[in-house]
Amino acid sequence: MTLDPQLILDSLPLIAQGLGITLKLLLYSALFGIGLAIITLVMRISGRWYLSWPAQVYIYFFRGTPILVQIFIIYYGLPQFGFIRGSILWPILREPFACCVIALGLNSGAYVSEILRGGVLGVDKGLTEAGKALGLSSPQRFIYITAPIAIRLSLPAYSNEFISTLKATALASTVTLMDVTGVARTLVSQTYAPYEIFIAAAILYLAFAWISYVALAWLEARASRYVKKGN
Amino acid sequence: MSGAQPVIVLDKVCKNFGAFRALINVSLSVSKGEKLVVCGPSGSGKSTMIRCINRLEEHDGGHIIVNGHELTKDSRNIDAVRREVGMVFQNFNLFPHLTVIKNLMLAPRLVRHKNKDEARAVAMKYLERVRIPNQADKYPSQLSGGQQQRVAIARALCMNPEIMLFDEPTSALDPEMIAEVLDVMTDLARDGMTMVCVTHEMGFARSVADKIVFMDAGEIVEAATPEAFFTKPQTERARQFLSQILAH
Ligand SMILES: Nc1ncnc2c1ncn2[C@@H]1O[C@H](COP(=O)(O)OP(=O)(O)OP(=O)(O)O)[C@@H](O)[C@H]1O
Ligand SMILES: [Mg+2]
Repeated sequence: MTLDPQLILDSLPLIAQGLGITLKLLLYSALFGIGLAIITLVMRISGRWYLSWPAQVYIYFFRGTPILVQIFIIYYGLPQFGFIRGSILWPILREPFACCVIALGLNSGAYVSEILRGGVLGVDKGLTEAGKALGLSSPQRFIYITAPIAIRLSLPAYSNEFISTLKATALASTVTLMDVTGVARTLVSQTYAPYEIFIAAAILYLAFAWISYVALAWLEARASRYVKKGN
Repeated sequence: MSGAQPVIVLDKVCKNFGAFRALINVSLSVSKGEKLVVCGPSGSGKSTMIRCINRLEEHDGGHIIVNGHELTKDSRNIDAVRREVGMVFQNFNLFPHLTVIKNLMLAPRLVRHKNKDEARAVAMKYLERVRIPNQADKYPSQLSGGQQQRVAIARALCMNPEIMLFDEPTSALDPEMIAEVLDVMTDLARDGMTMVCVTHEMGFARSVADKIVFMDAGEIVEAATPEAFFTKPQTERARQFLSQILAH
């Protein structure tokens, strides 16, 4: 089998048409995931079992099952519920795009929740005590002391998670979405040149992952300005 | 100090960690403006006792009354006490993500609801008082240990407390920085602040303290003036402790 570099170059702009959907899937699911992660984090550290248990079950489920299975469950499962079909959100929820954002967001939320919890546990207990001694309330201590430090501690792990979500968006092509992988699969069925076309797709993902990585590394450096060098 | 009303009263305070008895019937009273130094061997309960005063630890028995508020589960009393009591920790506990000035402004803004300009003015006043106004915009990690501890003292003073608690404020410092922190504390004492200070700096204790309390194994073993404590300690345990401390 010989590789046709020209075909790779030619297919790049075609596959790039899928970038928009890939990007939207990534950003929406990442934001949804962060929201869920914050809510479940607060539930878990609330110290109330009726909040912490549901959060733990959610995290356990989404970390323990394949994303593809989750996408299928949501894509084929949501229409089974009459109240969902009858809801005003149905025009959105029936779309594969929304199903993928929900599945990817739920999945990412479970992981990010764990990452943030690690960050919170990494914050020096002495700092919250100083906050108490100064008279700050428990929510004030969380917002002004614990959270900013926990976020900085979480960024390296979050950066990995973000890129995992980017790669997971490729699964959206299984429910007919025309993201980068979806477009690539369509091209393959037209040209019978899977080798070159998937290499082109891989190049696009790599470039995208690299940009995300650089952006998050910049954010991390910014968030760590106050940390002593060499410490 | 006789006749002045007590602002801190500990009455038969007990504190257990599991089966371990960290404080056993500790009774103590500190009057307004009084300077109390607490000393004793490691693990004797000094930190536990001082941390009970602002409810960083919850006592299991007895009563603690600070500035007229009894410390109970009632969070209003706890809030009231914490607003009136400042605390300085052994390892500073400055907020690493905030600059010095923002460390000082945080609590006055959130707890006292001061606006930015008021909070900044108060913060600058106390930074001058601890003699580091020019470090206001640095992060704590950019300061020396002695400077960080002075910032921590200023941060507590910004809340305008009636009482200051110090838990071994110089123990984490290099020897050459101890004096600059003790100087600030001596100034504070001279201005009439009520102070409870866990420290092994016996020179400071001798010159500043009105009373010294010696703890061992969760109990107050001796309470005396510095003069009496240093020249004729009443118990063998205190004599031993002093000979170890003063041998250095
Ligand atoms: N959170 C805790 N859980 C269990 N035991 C504790 C806890 N905090 C303190 N202790 C124990 O209580 C005892 C008293 O501790 P404390 O910190 O009050 O001593 P200290 O006099 O301040 O000693 P040091 O001079 O070392 O600071 C010690 O034996 C310590 O191990
Ligand atoms: Mg201690």
